[in-house]
Formats: sequence, C-alpha cells, structure tokens
Amino acid sequence: MFAFILRRLIQAVGVMLTVALLAFILFQYVGDPVMIMLGQEGTPAEREQLRQSLGLNDPVVVQFYHFLTNAIQGDFGLSLRQGQKVSLLLRERLPATLELSIAAALIALVVGVPLGVYTALKRHGKLSQALLAFSLFGVSLPTFLIGILLILIFSVQLGWLPSYGRGDTVRLGWWSTGLLTASGWHHLILPAVTLSLFQVALVMRLVRSEMLEVLRADYIKFARARGLTKRAIHFGHALKNTLVPVITIMGLQLGGIIAFAIVTETVFQWPGMGLLFIQAVQFADIPVMAAYLCLISLIFVVINLTVDLLYFVVDPRLRVGLGKSGGGH
Amino acid sequence: MRATLARFWDGDLAWSWRHTPVAMVATFLLIALLVAAFGAPWIAPHNPFDLATIDLLDALKPPVWLVDGTTKYLLGTDSQGRDMLSALMYGTKVSLLIGLAAVAGAMSLGIVLGLISGYAGGRIDALIMRVADVQLSFPAILIALLIDGVARAVVPGDMHEVIAFPVLVGAIALAGWPQYARTVRGSTLVEKNREYVQAARVIGISSPVIMFRHVLPNVLGPVLVLATVHLATAIITEATLSFLGVGVPPTSPSLGTLIRIGNDFLFSGEWWITIFPGAALVLLVLSVNLLGDWLRDALNPRLS
Repeated sequence: MFAFILRRLIQAVGVMLTVALLAFILFQYVGDPVMIMLGQEGTPAEREQLRQSLGLNDPVVVQFYHFLTNAIQGDFGLSLRQGQKVSLLLRERLPATLELSIAAALIALVVGVPLGVYTALKRHGKLSQALLAFSLFGVSLPTFLIGILLILIFSVQLGWLPSYGRGDTVRLGWWSTGLLTASGWHHLILPAVTLSLFQVALVMRLVRSEMLEVLRADYIKFARARGLTKRAIHFGHALKNTLVPVITIMGLQLGGIIAFAIVTETVFQWPGMGLLFIQAVQFADIPVMAAYLCLISLIFVVINLTVDLLYFVVDPRLRVGLGKSGGGH
Repeated sequence: MRATLARFWDGDLAWSWRHTPVAMVATFLLIALLVAAFGAPWIAPHNPFDLATIDLLDALKPPVWLVDGTTKYLLGTDSQGRDMLSALMYGTKVSLLIGLAAVAGAMSLGIVLGLISGYAGGRIDALIMRVADVQLSFPAILIALLIDGVARAVVPGDMHEVIAFPVLVGAIALAGWPQYARTVRGSTLVEKNREYVQAARVIGISSPVIMFRHVLPNVLGPVLVLATVHLATAIITEATLSFLGVGVPPTSPSLGTLIRIGNDFLFSGEWWITIFPGAALVLLVLSVNLLGDWLRDALNPRLS
C-alpha cells in the first residue's frame, strides 16, 4: 500500500516538475524580458546590468531552481499587460471560478443522479427514451453554444436573468463572494446551468449504466427473492453500489469543470481565472499563462491523487489486488 | 467492383445500417452537409469572400421569412453584407477540414506510438503509456488551448493568420493521440502472440514490417470507431477555440468564428448571425456522433 501511495506521489511530483519546466521555458525563452522591461531605449550597459540582477546570466539549472522556488511561493512576476503581480491577479479571480465550478458540480449531481436512477428503473419508458436522446443532444452541443442559447432566451427575449458579470460581491478577507447577495445569485444561474449541462448528461448516463449493471447482479436477485421492498432494493442496495464510481468520476470531472469554465466565463464575461487566461493568450501575456498553467495542473494533480487514494480507501478489493502484484516479485 | 459493392450491401454492417433508421438519417444528413461544404465554391449562392460582390447596404438583412428579408439572401446577411447561407457552407468546409486533418494527425501519432508500445514492451511501453495516462487526466480542450496559446506567444502577431490553420490542427491532434495509442496497444498485445506474427518473425521479417504490414490491419477496427467519435470532438474543440478568439481568423471563418462574430449582435436582435452557424455546428456534430454510436454498436455484437 505504501509502495502504491509512494508511486502515485512520485508521479504527481514528476508531472508538476514537467509542467513547471514547460512554464519555465515559456517564461524564459519566449520574448526577451529585458527588452520588455527596459523598452527600446535602454543602453547596452543598462541591459547587461538588468540581465545580471535578474539572474539571466546564471546557468540554466540555477535559473530553473530560482523559478521553482519563486513559483512555490506563488511568485510569477508581473503581468505584461496589466503590470500587476500575477499572483494577486489570480487570487482575485480564483473565488469567482471556484464558486461557479462548485455550483455547476452540485447541479450535475442533484439533477444527474435522480435522472440516471429513473432512466435505469424505467428502462423502456417514453420519458426515459426522451431523456436519453436529450442527453446525446446535450453531449453534442458545445458549451459555448448552450450559453449563447440561454442568453438569447432568458436575457434577450424574456429579460429574466442577467447575462454579464458576477453582480454585487461581498468581500470576506481576500475572498470575494457573490453568494451573499441576491444579485450575485441571479448572475450565477445562467453560467452555472451552462457549465453543468454537459455534466448532467454525463452523470445521468453513468448512473444509468452502473445501475443497469448492478441490477443484474446476484445479490439483487437474492434481495428480490427475500421479498424486500422495491424501494429497499433500488435505493438501499443498488444505488449505494453505483455511487462509488459516480463519485470518482465526479471528482475527476471537477478538474474538467474548472477547465471548461474558461469557455463559460468567456461567454458570460464572468471575471474568473479562465477569462484572465483567455485574455492572456490573446495578448501573449506569458507570466499569466505560465502561472495559470502551473495552478490548473496543481489542481488537477491534487484532485487525481485524492481520488486515487480515496478509491483505495473505499474499495478493499483494490488493496488486496495491489498487495499481491506489489509483493509478488 | 459491382460484386464487391453487392457483397458489402449484403454484409452484416450494411444490414445493420438498413435496420437502424437513426443511422440512415445521420448518414444522409452528413452527406448533405459534406456536399454543401465541399461543393460550396460551385453551389453557394454568393462568394462571401469576394469583396466586389459585397454591398454594405445589404448588411444585417434578416432571413427571407422575416419582414425585411429578401430571396436574394435566404438566411439573411451579417454586419458586412455577406450572405449567411454561403458563409455557412464555406465555414462548414473549414470546420470539417480542420477536424479531419486533426483526427488524421492524432490517429497516425496514436497508431505509431501504440504499435511501438504494444510490440516493443518494456521501458518504451512504460514511458509512452505513462505520458498517455498523464495527458488523459487533463481535458483535451485544455491541452489544445495551451498548445495553441504557446504557439501564438512564440510566433509574432502578424504571422498569426498564416499559422492559425496548422497550429489548430497540431494542437487538436496532439491533444487527442493517447486514446488511439491505448486502444492500439491493447489490441497489439493480443495480436503479437498470434501464430501469424510468430510465423512472420520466424522467417526473419523485421519488426517494423511486422508491426505495420501484419499487425496494423488487424487492430484498425476499433481505431475507426474511435476516429468517428473523435471527429465530433475535434470539430467541437476547433469551434470552441475559434469562438474563444484563438482559432481560425475571421478572414476565412469556420463555424466557430462565425458564431463568435455573431455573438456581438445577439443583444441588438440580429440573432440569425449566431444561431444559424450554431445550428449547422450542432447538425454536423450530431450526425457524426450518431453515426459513431451506431458504428460502435454494429461492430461490437457483444453490446446488443
């Protein structure tokens, strides 16, 4: 077991180092920082002095070491476009993205799981078929198009919901939340629904196929033979056993949601990290891109690692299997 | 030729196709879209890129069935007076071309790496599969976006229009190879212990020849299914990148670019500039997805 955890940890560190190296290469070799900071007017002597003070004359390994130590402390330098510290920019935008992503994930679970159970139990019902067809449609519909359609219907035609920004926010320390004001909730609805629709379809299909699989299992037949109520069988036995993979996938999807938030944030001009990143890409703002790259990779690596470890805790079979293959050499 | 066609028509796959109405509808829809896209230079009512035929006075005309619509522009015009129907046809072509090229790229890369991984085994296998694992844990769109963004940062601004095409194709292809590599590796592991491979090895055929001439044809089935589904994803990815403004430039717009352009007019009531490209995109992706679903089921009798 320790070998497994150790291996996963080493892999996680390896991924982060690779990402950091990519970010470093981007940072160091794309565009000349000296030219950017001094402009065209600097004399050769000034340039040389700045090179020296920035450590650009050090060996590459030393530079990478400095980059790493700075990155771990969250220091990615100044944004080329806005002239502000990148870490501050990201910290300002982080709450918006996280609130949007978590809202979307909750919607996906609260709507997706019941729909999945329903379509599995009423397999041949008309409504189930319609829901399945709808989910295929949902998978075929790109996120940004869903957003545009929702804006067209609910903002332009009906005028019910705002389509732009985050509304009024309240500051709790450095965390600015939109969840404490009515306008914040209003503004959250359309982006969160947009971001969640794909996940709803995914969760529904997943729960359905897992349920169908479990309902075929022997212990369900046995439970039926014992004369347990349908309710006890479906929710006590079947649903419980389908939830492990569902929670795993949802955990893994959380990273995907944060990544897809880039698209949703652009459609709704939601002031999160994704919008910041897209603007950075458009203006070749390398420090912001590098920082976002590192941050999103860190989020992914942490999520994957947590899910792997949780799986390990939840499913005893995995422990036995790995113990054997690990110790069998 | 006729005999081969007749045999195909009587075969399992064609039988399944003839008995799956959804697959038939999807096929006809896809064919119609393909004809409209690749026949655009000949059948499109206008050439939206010929500046001589564009008149700004025709700008923002609604579709023909609305009050101000004219039969000259069936689906209306955009802010520069370009015919929407023609722009759609050309845009579908761009979207399809990028999607197909990206799928071809991802498929080639994935097949080569998967074959090597499965056939060679050992450390090479471990390395390739580790990289694939790591890449699969990130969403493809994020990887494509990063590659695209880095390429744009490296290349000076005035070159962006020139490199947009190859960069997009490369980014989507690089984001998509791991699934092919995994599938091919899995099948290769099974195939390489078959007698025909052993026989080929015994008579002294070199490994690359065995891999590409003998193993490859036997592992292609699942790859083709994967490619169909991937085409839909690739088209969506391209559209998303173009919508975000880091994809195809407005000078030769894809469907995603058209939607981006139209998005600016959503609030002033000119909904057709966004909705028609959006609908075309959905029809394209949906027909490819439905075909892919059917193909997967038809080629895998265990599922039904």
